[in-house]
Amino acid sequence: MTSPRGTVRRHVHIARTAEDVWEAIGDPARVHEWFIGIESCTVDGTTRVITTRSGIPIPEEIVTDDPIQRRFQYRITGGIVQEHLSTIDVIDLEDGTCLAIYSADAIPSTMALVIAGAAGSALEHLRITLEGPH
Amino acid sequence: MGRKILLVTTDQQRYDTLGCNGGTIARTPVVDGLAATGIRYERAIPQSVVCMPSRSTIITGQHPSTHGVWMNGVPLPEDAPSVAEVLHDAGYRTALVGKAHFEPYIDPFLRFAENALSSTGTTPPGGTHRGFEHLEFATHGVAGATHYARWIQANHPELIGMFYAAIDASLQVSSAGGGDTGAPQVHSNAVPLDCYHTDWVADRTISWLDSLEANDDWFCWMSFPDPHHPWDPPEAEVGRIDWREVPLPENYPESASEREAILDAKPRHWKLWYDGSLVSNYEAPANWVPATMTADQVREITARNAVECELIDEALGRVLDAIAARGWADDVDIMFTTDHGELGGDFGLMFKGPYHVDGLMRLPLVWRPAPSAGVSPSVVSTPVGLVDLAPTFCAIAGLDATDWMQGGALPVDSNGGPERVLTEWDSELWGVGVHVRTITRDGWVCTAYKPGTVHDGTEGELYDLAEDPLQRNNRWADPACSTIQSDLLADLWDSQPSVRNPRLQLEAPV
Repeated sequence: MTSPRGTVRRHVHIARTAEDVWEAIGDPARVHEWFIGIESCTVDGTTRVITTRSGIPIPEEIVTDDPIQRRFQYRITGGIVQEHLSTIDVIDLEDGTCLAIYSADAIPSTMALVIAGAAGSALEHLRITLEGPH
Repeated sequence: MGRKILLVTTDQQRYDTLGCNGGTIARTPVVDGLAATGIRYERAIPQSVVCMPSRSTIITGQHPSTHGVWMNGVPLPEDAPSVAEVLHDAGYRTALVGKAHFEPYIDPFLRFAENALSSTGTTPPGGTHRGFEHLEFATHGVAGATHYARWIQANHPELIGMFYAAIDASLQVSSAGGGDTGAPQVHSNAVPLDCYHTDWVADRTISWLDSLEANDDWFCWMSFPDPHHPWDPPEAEVGRIDWREVPLPENYPESASEREAILDAKPRHWKLWYDGSLVSNYEAPANWVPATMTADQVREITARNAVECELIDEALGRVLDAIAARGWADDVDIMFTTDHGELGGDFGLMFKGPYHVDGLMRLPLVWRPAPSAGVSPSVVSTPVGLVDLAPTFCAIAGLDATDWMQGGALPVDSNGGPERVLTEWDSELWGVGVHVRTITRDGWVCTAYKPGTVHDGTEGELYDLAEDPLQRNNRWADPACSTIQSDLLADLWDSQPSVRNPRLQLEAPV
């Protein structure tokens, strides 16, 4: 039988500095600018509420926003998610580029794929936005 | 004015559910009639045995490796090639009514165009989507973002709770049972027939056809969601077939020991799924153990499946009547098929997965060429693939197949057709990776399992379709078959289609 917990990871290589990429990812109020399908968000302290394009409001708790490690973590705190932690890391490759990694762990497991699947597409959108058209 | 094209697809329909293919449970006089006056294919093979890759093959004319949709949940890029676009560019009016499933259904962010379209209308932004100027979507129930779901919500909200909840609270495909036997994905549904998605798809198809000018050439893909599970047809129709009188499938060994002996001779994932140790396909209920399925459950599912096939046949009949009423009967080509099959109790299994045997691989396919074309009725016994549909549509329209299409136009008799037909499977979910490649050629089906988390790359299956039509006797390790095995494997690897690069990512479970 499958485990109730799922873990899914997506990553993208971005030809921009880690600082540039962290500027977008590390600001919790800017998530709707790069995460396709999030229409808006409000941030109040460590509480963020995003609203998806389908009109679903999702409350979240910001767990980590560490500009030194360039790590952002949040939990979904409502809806059908029993347990969730998403982690976004921006890794400096020390050549003027970086790796953005999005990991989602969740119960039920399917939610990890739903979140990280969308996040993979979002990271690609962020890459295109930051790098510009080739 | 040229030949018009009605592509009729069902979802997960077995070859033996049609009367013209020897089926004895469902009455399918409409499709049987098309077969009698057209071309019936005895071995039509999908290039994938799950929905999204197979449907992507139908529209692109490419194998999954090439179009890139390697599993359900991998969206077909919006700019992927489309035979509908070729036809539209040639002046055809184009529509897709019913189940599309080129993009994932589980989409809370509403990222995918097909889900978003259900809230904005039936005409896509920009005029066409994948070459279709008109799109009205439906799927197996009233959950999700489809036009059918919105129609039910707006006009019959009292029906919403009557359908089977295909996804459970843990977002897994539900294993909840119902009916008289507690069979999985069986449910008593009080929805009236005229509100059920089968009739809705036919109604909306007729409505679109009625909107056309008499001289329009058109390509309409009418895509029924049934008889894919859940098996919850209108309860008032279930009495058509008494499940207690339904014979067990020919390939359902009643003895558990016989079932297990057959499965033990196949690659390991067969038995692992049967006994509940492994699930390698999201669409198979994760918490359901096939070994627990009873003979009566198989009968009840078979009966309900057959009811759904009858409803489709009757709905198709209404559409054909509407076409005749428009005066188009002599100029319409009708292609009837499905995206993949259903195990249907074979080997004691139900639903689908990485199992390249007839239950999933032998599809109903009937092509009734436009009577004005003067094509003689025939039966084609040589293998063909769904990859051959797109070039066939081009040929019907008098167009050359494009260079990106990988198949060829369907043969009209057994003297033509592809030399080989390929099928593939790749799944990677929750740490389980299964990678399968199959060739059907010269009366044999040869399946190789590439290294993954379940297989080590040495396992396979080899069946002689003439001597072993039920594929119970795996000859993979039979020294007497070593020559044909080597020949088929060499051809299999030499014939692999080009691989899309970069690889598309899994973005949702289904």
